[in-house]
Amino acid sequence: MAFLSFIFRRLLQLIPTLAFILVVIFVLVRMLPGDPASAILGDRARDADVTRINAELGLDQPIPVQFGIFLKNIATGDLGNSIHLKVSVASLIADRLPVTLMLTAMAALIALVLAVPLAFVAATRQGRVADNSIRGAFQVGLSMPVFYVGLILLTVFGAQLRWFPVGGFGSSFVDHLYHLFLPALTLALSLAAILMRNLRAAIIGVVDAEYVDFARAKGLRSRLIMTRHVLRNALISTVTLFGLQVGTLLGGAVITETVFAIPGAGRLMIDSIYGRDYPVVQGLALALAVIVSLTFLLTDIVQAWLDPRVAR
Amino acid sequence: MSAALDTGSAPALSVRDLSTTFQTPRGPVTAVDAVSFDVMPGEVLGLVGESGSGKSVTLRSLMRLVHAPGTVSGAVSWKGRDLVAMSAPELRKVRGGEIAMIFQEPTSALNPVLTVGLQIEENLKAHTSLDRSARRKRAIELLDLVGIPAAASRLDDYPHQFSGGMRQRVMIAIALASDPKLLLADEPTTALDVTIQDQILKLILDLRDRFAMSVVLVTHDLGVVAATCDRMAVMYAGRIVESGPVVDLFREPHHAYTRGLLGSVPRGGAERTQLLSIEGTPPSLAAIPPGCAFNPRCSFATEVCRRDRPALAAYAPGRFVACHHHTEVAAAGTAVAA
Amino acid sequence: MSTTVSSPGTGRRRRLRLGRLPVTLIAGGLILLASLVLAIVPSAFAPYDPIAMDYMAILSPPSWAHPFGTDSFGRDVLARVIHAYTIDMQIAVFATTGPLIVGVIVGALVGYAGGVAEAIFGRIVDAVISFPFLVLVIAIVAVLGPGLGNMYIAVGVIGWVFYGRLVAGEVNVQKRLDYAAAGRAMGYTPGRIIFRHLLPNAITPAIVYWMTDMALAILLGSSLGYLGLGAQPPAAEWGVQIADGKNFMSTAWWISVFPGVAIVITGLGFSLFGDGLAELLRTKK
Repeated sequence: MAFLSFIFRRLLQLIPTLAFILVVIFVLVRMLPGDPASAILGDRARDADVTRINAELGLDQPIPVQFGIFLKNIATGDLGNSIHLKVSVASLIADRLPVTLMLTAMAALIALVLAVPLAFVAATRQGRVADNSIRGAFQVGLSMPVFYVGLILLTVFGAQLRWFPVGGFGSSFVDHLYHLFLPALTLALSLAAILMRNLRAAIIGVVDAEYVDFARAKGLRSRLIMTRHVLRNALISTVTLFGLQVGTLLGGAVITETVFAIPGAGRLMIDSIYGRDYPVVQGLALALAVIVSLTFLLTDIVQAWLDPRVAR
Repeated sequence: MSAALDTGSAPALSVRDLSTTFQTPRGPVTAVDAVSFDVMPGEVLGLVGESGSGKSVTLRSLMRLVHAPGTVSGAVSWKGRDLVAMSAPELRKVRGGEIAMIFQEPTSALNPVLTVGLQIEENLKAHTSLDRSARRKRAIELLDLVGIPAAASRLDDYPHQFSGGMRQRVMIAIALASDPKLLLADEPTTALDVTIQDQILKLILDLRDRFAMSVVLVTHDLGVVAATCDRMAVMYAGRIVESGPVVDLFREPHHAYTRGLLGSVPRGGAERTQLLSIEGTPPSLAAIPPGCAFNPRCSFATEVCRRDRPALAAYAPGRFVACHHHTEVAAAGTAVAA
Repeated sequence: MSTTVSSPGTGRRRRLRLGRLPVTLIAGGLILLASLVLAIVPSAFAPYDPIAMDYMAILSPPSWAHPFGTDSFGRDVLARVIHAYTIDMQIAVFATTGPLIVGVIVGALVGYAGGVAEAIFGRIVDAVISFPFLVLVIAIVAVLGPGLGNMYIAVGVIGWVFYGRLVAGEVNVQKRLDYAAAGRAMGYTPGRIIFRHLLPNAITPAIVYWMTDMALAILLGSSLGYLGLGAQPPAAEWGVQIADGKNFMSTAWWISVFPGVAIVITGLGFSLFGDGLAELLRTKK
């Protein structure tokens, strides 16, 4: 079947991308100025300690050997150990990444829930008050930095109104959802703005298409015309855009987690960067890049499912 | 005026003073201007004109398929009800169920992301009480009926998997799914190769007989009209300028525009007759000349043509023309000898 | 016979009348003009020295003396917001111009060459967009050390790819058009064809994106400032100011809120100007 072979071909394309990602991460970490050991130990470093840490990190080997070790370790799931936290990077990531994924997933969901109906309202009332106010509001939302939105929501709905907690992650699943709502909303705002703008334009482009006229001429109900004929076609380009925005969303999560004191991978990333905990930075960068690549794959599959012409 | 177009038995569709106006930043533009015509049961009516003459907008206006900012007025009476005035739910039952429409470009009229099976079935679902399996069976019958080979295996294919001619057949199958009694066809063969054109026209005529439908066929191609239509109405600048039986109009056009159109069609038989051509270009709908809209291009035009707009009037049973000098035009004949 | 090949974009330009310009272009242009003036001569408008501390007026709410209030060091928030224009507008320009130039040149060459060059470039694009941009910038800045100079380096290393992709795609389309073939037939060098004939017609999307990118650069620069990785205190920069006030949101909201408003207005200026520019260039075609 064409669809399955498309997925297979798309999976093959993932290989060079992942290889490139590995090279980039390896090079980036080796390009760090000074050696990590001195950075870790600070000015009072003794030569013996530097040698010990370099050996611990495998940095005393020639570069190709280091790359070989790097690949072998990744293949076996060994991402090294955190210098400061004294635990394996893999377990740290396993611990913190789900929090970030939950946050971004919630944000993506909120963004869709906001963007799709409002894009519909705006597109069907093109040029009128509703359209202009929706677009204006989202344009302002798009110009607001994530940390600023977070700070305001935190102050108003957390500190002042006390509707939501002012930070943290909670302990049960429902509690997690409750704690993550404001941060997810913060993160969702600019994504919703981008999706709304794209989807509105797409709907306007599709609504006058001849196949929509044909659907009307068949005597279908307007709701069916709007969902099956208009929305489905309009969503095709929006899905692609959505996939491309996942990287931005994860980047935004780094800041959101900082603002709301959420113990996720983003917060860990910032802490590790400050603390020059290179194995953790390296492991997290790899994990995030893989997640983004997989999201691209997923959105391509969804797009192919929405648009049969893609998977030819 | 309303009685003027009666030709005997009761018409299936009766259009009176249909006007479609688009509000533009530079003022209203009337694309269809007080058009009236009848369609008899089982008849094929050709609506003929150049692009921009308002023939396609007329067709869309019948079913209220005009995009904003267009507005439709007048009366379109179908089985004693007025399509222009009826409520949206009522109109929905007529659309697809009683009156079907097919478009020029099957590539753009078929939804690219839905299987043809679904696009047939949604029509059946809207207008019949067939259950899922019965709908599927009917969809296969329909594809078979319009001449799609191995119909059962093509139900789950998408429009892009069909060739141009097959795609047009698919569109016809979708449109005719619920046994409509009137088919509105907007240049259904223009996008196709000549050989396939003939097949599709033949298919439409076959289906007309089979379903006992009437057909309104919009075209700019007089060859198509000659091959398929019983009667024709010629449109110019949003108005009907002449109508009548195809045979009569071809033999003796009474409007200079019809005469010009006929003159520009190469005809078989007559050896190398010089083709008449119509000087100038059709007017922009935003700037229609006063008097008869055709007068700047007309070799018969006189003072009265620049002043008064001629009304569409009967000069013989079933034959109508809107021309101050139609007798002179008729006397001038159709082709200039070489 | 003329000896030059006329290409669509290099013909005689029609004079533009102000009344015909898109409203968004005018509105955005006015905001940006005002921002530039504030950025160049902030002291002409700022009521106080932006880093002068006044311990007698710590955390005072907005008043006639301090229209935007004062921060926890008694510094005038309005003066700091105005002086921050210098740094934040500089970020908008410096963080985007390098990537624009490099991206346009590389994109034009890659688009014209096609084939292997384009395939390799495509892989680079794939890999770069696989990393969350902000995370990558933060990582590079952290490695090089906090500060604006290092931020420009970090953004420059990555940012050109986006311009390159836009221009490569557009040049690829333009090179198939007749006038490019005519140029080749006349024996022009590829360099002349690319930069004199193709690029003027292919650069539009990159210029429009440049406006969006400048707004994004301000968001990025202020985010790094907020995280302590961008402009360093006590410099007046909107992100730094918002960070200064974050612990006082419930008691002295004005410290953080006004710099944020400045970010939003400047960002809107760039977006409106970009939208207007896109509309103008579209209607001109």
